Amino acid sequence: MLTCKEFLNELNGYLDQTVDKELRENLERHVTECPNCFVIVDTTKKTLQVYKGLEPQVIPPEVHNRLMVALHKKMAAEAARKRSG
Amino acid sequence: MPPPSQTEVFDEADLVERAKNGETEAFTELVNRYERKIYRLAKHITQNDEDAEDVLQEAFLKAYSHLADFQGQSKFYTWIVRIAVNESLMKLRKRKSDRTVSMDENIDTGEETVVREIAVWEENPEHQYSQEELRRILEHAVDSLKPAFRTVFLLRDVEELSTEETAEAMNISVPAVKSRLLRARLQLREKLTRQFRRKGDDVFAYL
Repeated sequence: MLTCKEFLNELNGYLDQTVDKELRENLERHVTECPNCFVIVDTTKKTLQVYKGLEPQVIPPEVHNRLMVALHKKMAAEAARKRSG
Repeated sequence: MPPPSQTEVFDEADLVERAKNGETEAFTELVNRYERKIYRLAKHITQNDEDAEDVLQEAFLKAYSHLADFQGQSKFYTWIVRIAVNESLMKLRKRKSDRTVSMDENIDTGEETVVREIAVWEENPEHQYSQEELRRILEHAVDSLKPAFRTVFLLRDVEELSTEETAEAMNISVPAVKSRLLRARLQLREKLTRQFRRKGDDVFAYL
């Protein structure tokens, strides 16, 4: 049986399902037999879930406006440069 | 082929192509599409509103100036993220000349993946808080990670870039991304456990 340390080192592969079949079976066996690692897997999964659901906040309107002003200035400058070049 | 209708959502490659051909509206559409994500990313990395705004502007202006160099082998989004990450890290280094800002590989040596808190969580802890409270808890937890860890976590698990894209954006190796992501995830799990653990449960010691 895998040790908890070995299990933890493969945790990402286990969660992201990027490990091969044999290792996956070993990891699964460890989780069913080790209550601590079971809790770690469960709470790490939930950690990822809550972050995935986190939508970016609306950008402050003045930040958006200043970006647009800077962008239009840049566009005008590039256009002028192309015309003269 | 019929011309695309007005309501059609243009895909990214199409917008990039049109922007390259001088259609400024197409580039503006790309900005509108990604500005929120880029601003969030910059804010989390720099942890400073003013720096985040600078990064936001510099990233899109640089992308606009260098659009001709963009080859289209990677996605535009990955490219703009890479520029924003670079700019953010530069800001961070300027502000704190402290070693925790180091993005080099040395940060990975000699540190164990320690797990201290093992406790079952409340059922659906996210429903126990208001949206704002939950956001505060989650953002605070990410912001308390070291920059090298929080940047990897944000790119992989929040922005959902691949391991390879994250490595490229941060200019670090794929194994470094993997080991930092593991630490970041475990550290966040630990921080959130303190917040979300089921009330009345004792922490049972880890081995």
